[in-house]
Amino acid sequence: MRNFIIRRVILGLFITFFGAMLSYTVIRSLPTTYVESIARQRASNPLSMKSYQEWLADLNKVYGLDKGIIPGFFGWLGNAVRGDFGESWHYGVPVTEKFADVIWVSVILNIITTLVQFFIAIPLGILAARKQYSRTDYAITIFALMGISLPTFFLATILKYVFAIKLQWFDLYGLTGRFHTTMTSFQQVLDIAYHLVLPIVTLMMLSVGSLMRYTRTNMLEVLNSDYIRTARAKGLPENVVINKHAFRNTLIPLVTSLSGILPGMFTGAMITETLFQIPGIGYISYQAIIRGDIPFAMFYMVFLILLTQVSILLSDILYAIVDPRIRVN
Amino acid sequence: MSELEATNLTNEPTPNQAPQNQEMALDDARRVKTLSPGMLVFKRFIRNRLAVIGLVILIAMFLFSFLGPFISPYTETQVFYRSDTISKDYAGAIFNTELRYSVKEGEKFGGAEQARFLLALGKNQPHFKSGENTYAYIEEGENFYRIVQLDLFAESLIGRLNPLPGNTIPAGFEEVFKKANDAGKTSFVFEGTTYILTKEMKATQISTQRDVAIASYSIFDAYNPQDAALTNSFDFRLLSESAGVKNVKTFTFGGRIYKINEHEGQITILDDKGEPFAEVSNIIVNPLDQNEFLPVDFKALARDAIINRDTSFEYVDANGVTTEYDVNRVNTNYYIKRETPTILINIFEFPSAKHLLGTDNNGMDMLTRLMYGGRVSLMVGFIAVFLELIIGVVIGGVSGYFGGGVDTALMRFVDLFNSIPTMPLILIFGSVMDTLEVTPINRMFILMAILGFLGWTYIARVVRGQILSLREQDFMVATEATGIRTSRKIFRHLIPNVMPILIVTATASLGGLIITEATLGFLGLGIKYPLASWGSIINISSDAFIMGTYWFMWIPAGMLILLTVLGFNFVGDGLRDAYDPKMKR
Repeated sequence: MRNFIIRRVILGLFITFFGAMLSYTVIRSLPTTYVESIARQRASNPLSMKSYQEWLADLNKVYGLDKGIIPGFFGWLGNAVRGDFGESWHYGVPVTEKFADVIWVSVILNIITTLVQFFIAIPLGILAARKQYSRTDYAITIFALMGISLPTFFLATILKYVFAIKLQWFDLYGLTGRFHTTMTSFQQVLDIAYHLVLPIVTLMMLSVGSLMRYTRTNMLEVLNSDYIRTARAKGLPENVVINKHAFRNTLIPLVTSLSGILPGMFTGAMITETLFQIPGIGYISYQAIIRGDIPFAMFYMVFLILLTQVSILLSDILYAIVDPRIRVN
Repeated sequence: MSELEATNLTNEPTPNQAPQNQEMALDDARRVKTLSPGMLVFKRFIRNRLAVIGLVILIAMFLFSFLGPFISPYTETQVFYRSDTISKDYAGAIFNTELRYSVKEGEKFGGAEQARFLLALGKNQPHFKSGENTYAYIEEGENFYRIVQLDLFAESLIGRLNPLPGNTIPAGFEEVFKKANDAGKTSFVFEGTTYILTKEMKATQISTQRDVAIASYSIFDAYNPQDAALTNSFDFRLLSESAGVKNVKTFTFGGRIYKINEHEGQITILDDKGEPFAEVSNIIVNPLDQNEFLPVDFKALARDAIINRDTSFEYVDANGVTTEYDVNRVNTNYYIKRETPTILINIFEFPSAKHLLGTDNNGMDMLTRLMYGGRVSLMVGFIAVFLELIIGVVIGGVSGYFGGGVDTALMRFVDLFNSIPTMPLILIFGSVMDTLEVTPINRMFILMAILGFLGWTYIARVVRGQILSLREQDFMVATEATGIRTSRKIFRHLIPNVMPILIVTATASLGGLIITEATLGFLGLGIKYPLASWGSIINISSDAFIMGTYWFMWIPAGMLILLTVLGFNFVGDGLRDAYDPKMKR
């Protein structure tokens, strides 16, 4: 097991390294329009003593763009491992500072979504598996597939149309209301919670389907296994069979799937946050990326890659913890 | 048993064959309905109600997108117009602040002379020179000047009168001149001729004068266009304006007696029959459209309205149609507006029989746009999946077939590729295409390539897994034993066995690709106008006003995306179940 983890960690680091290099190459190969536009802006300032070319050269030097891609990458990497990801071009503050500012919104959003999603998906998935091919099963399957098939933006737009425009229960955009600054801190928390309702519903609807199907598949597998047949043959009541014998075994893959939400938690739901203009890491990164903010985009990409690797490792470890059979091998 | 045989045997027995059937033994091979693997999959697929619904949805979507445009009476980028009346500027009016000149027949008073005149007027000099000629002006009334040219008659230098060659000084002329000169007068009359005195250096010049031009702010509009030349002629203007200044009600010109009818600064000249002949005013009224001709009575009404500060007036045109005109003042300009029939682009028209789903923000038929948009969306999805399949099968196939070091290296490469976050990368490419201003059609191809290039890893893994297990099977050992070529082994024996799972995977991933394409279109980074795609059609709903007001702008497109993706997911699910019943969902 220890050897496995060590192997996995080394592989993860290797993948992160090359993933970062690949991302850097792609980003650097793009036309550096952002730097050019800043240079043009500064050169057109009447007080500017330098020409556009001089500004461009200066800025390229400051941002390390004058070096080739490979030296540039190692320069970036050298700073990055020391925790220095540079200053965001778009926001004008250090990337990590901006990240620390907004990350809590995404984390809260994702934790609540995940909890709600588990509470809805697991009972429904088990129900569908118990009554396989019944009307309930079909209804749940269709509902799950609808959730999977709905594009985020369409669902979000429908929700906004119904609840924000027609019923006027919620605001269209934003994390805080108009009178947020005049509220007491308890009211402020309520205000934010109120503004998070629609984004959470959107995220939940989109991901609940696949979790439901996952639960159903696993439950079906468990229900078809020998020990369930044995339990039934023993004459155990159906409730005990389902809740004690089947459900516990269904939890194995579900627990491991929990680690899969880790990348999502810290990288945010880019589309949903953008649509509701929730200033979480997804929305902030979207803004930075479409403006060609290389330090922020690099940070975000590498962070995503690293988190994915960590979540894979975690899921392997979790699997070993909940399923003793794995540990033996 | 071959498929052909199977289908023959499963046919319904015809009446002639009935007796044979009865005699059939229990273990007769013909009693057992044997189906080919393909047929089995098909049967299982058909039995799955959801899958059939999905298939029906997909067929409907394909018909809608690929046949629809042929049925639709409109084209993809056909813009619709409607006519409506909107209050539009019809004419403009302004108080004249520039002198208008009328030059006497046979005389010359061009731009250079006019400029000199204005200079002299500004400096309050009574005379001015332009070229060889000297001019003087006489203020006949307020902003009404008569300009005369001075012809040198004689010159007086130190008390001596020298006539110009050819002129003789009449008797008694000198006394009159001296009297006037000593009195400091600028003109004197001798024997009915007016002589003008001008100082040139130390000499005093004596000149006769003749009329050259008049200048005034008045604008003459003849009721009959044929009279325009007459009313703008020097003589007519001089007579009429002089009469106006002198407050004389009539004047005679060309043997006719004209009457002057003044009201609030506007003058109407009536001819000898009492009919209005011309309008004189200092307000210029011009049509905004150069092709338009404004009747004089319209101009008169407009001027009255301006002077009386009315905000509107009514005018009955030659056909007896009454139109109301509004007068708006902006600084010193007056704009005369009227309800004008105008051709407008028919945007955001609500659904009607003509446009079943209304028209969009460019005045194009929404239903037709949706058909073409479906074409693009489906095509992007299919080509991207095709690319994914090619890359995935090659890499997965090579990896699975050769195994060992090649396999490890390729799989680490797949891991690496898989770890790169897709969405940020696609967004970067989208915004780069924005800055490079890629043409919409190229954008579509680039998008297909990017989507295909970023999504092949799953297929590569599936193919590798399949080939790894197939490699160990007996038929592969047999191919080894018979010693057939590697390429034949791969393409004749391995790939066909991977095909079913490839179809299942491709169908399931098509839904996701269509969503990705639509999301990009929605964010404005995907397919761009004038090409339509379902995502880019919904893009407009990011404007909250349009989203709330015009439901038909985004709900139909969203429903189409939802249905198509749902169809692909149903069919993909059904195919997977049918292909591998053990793996039920």
